[in-house]
Amino acid sequence: MSKFIPAPWLSLFLLVFWLLLQNSITPGLIVLGAVFALLIPLYTNRARDFRLTLHRPLKALQYIVLLIIDIILSNFNIAAIILLPQRKVKPALIEYPLDITGEIPTTILASTISLTPGTITAEVSRDGRSLLIHGLNVQDPEAMIEQIKNRYERRLKEIFQC
Amino acid sequence: MATLPVWADWLISFFVLLGAGFAFVGSVGLVRLPDFMSRLHAPTKSTTLGVGGIIIGSSLYFSVTTHFSAHELLIAIFLFLTAPISAHLLAKAGLHLHLKLISNTQDLRKKPEQYADREAD
Repeated sequence: MSKFIPAPWLSLFLLVFWLLLQNSITPGLIVLGAVFALLIPLYTNRARDFRLTLHRPLKALQYIVLLIIDIILSNFNIAAIILLPQRKVKPALIEYPLDITGEIPTTILASTISLTPGTITAEVSRDGRSLLIHGLNVQDPEAMIEQIKNRYERRLKEIFQC
Repeated sequence: MATLPVWADWLISFFVLLGAGFAFVGSVGLVRLPDFMSRLHAPTKSTTLGVGGIIIGSSLYFSVTTHFSAHELLIAIFLFLTAPISAHLLAKAGLHLHLKLISNTQDLRKKPEQYADREAD
């Protein structure tokens, strides 16, 4: 962005992180944290070889909330699969075609898939155009791919505009 | 040991028990699921909610008894950053070693060579 605040979101994140570590909010801590939050990105900026801009910060927040809700809901699903004795699991290895590009968005999508219970990202294809997903209980692979596309990938595309 | 108001007592107990319950389910899953790849699902997943419940309980307890406390959230942040990575590494190792999958696993890889180890060329 500007010359003195190269990564505003990183700075904000560092400040919040600092305050959480201190576990209290006083004016002195905020000033000290702000100084660190401004200096650290300036110092490390040359080492960051990826440029990333958050185009829709509100959407990003919404994404995090959606992710947390999904994690909670599907945790119950997995718990049911584990605890009910008669349920037969139907695992599958699924190839998921990627629409988004860029290392960071792909990493976030892969981590999202791994965090929501029932699916794990096992591998990225060599050409970087698809992910290999292991699903614990997949009845309809097409529907699952469609769901990930609609729920997560479309939003990430909007957030990072990639 | 500070005394808690009744509502806080119930709320904190609920979250701690929820967390403990999910951690337990994760461990049971580790034993019960049939093959390596599906076993991966249980611990990496249930820990998110298991630890989540316990840190919410902890945060509530210290907020009610002493002063507002939110630095437990850091644990959740670290966990959300690292859990997918360890799951990914374990899954990758599993693929690399061609571990046996249970027979009803559907393998829907259209281009398996994209995920195979480097050929001797």
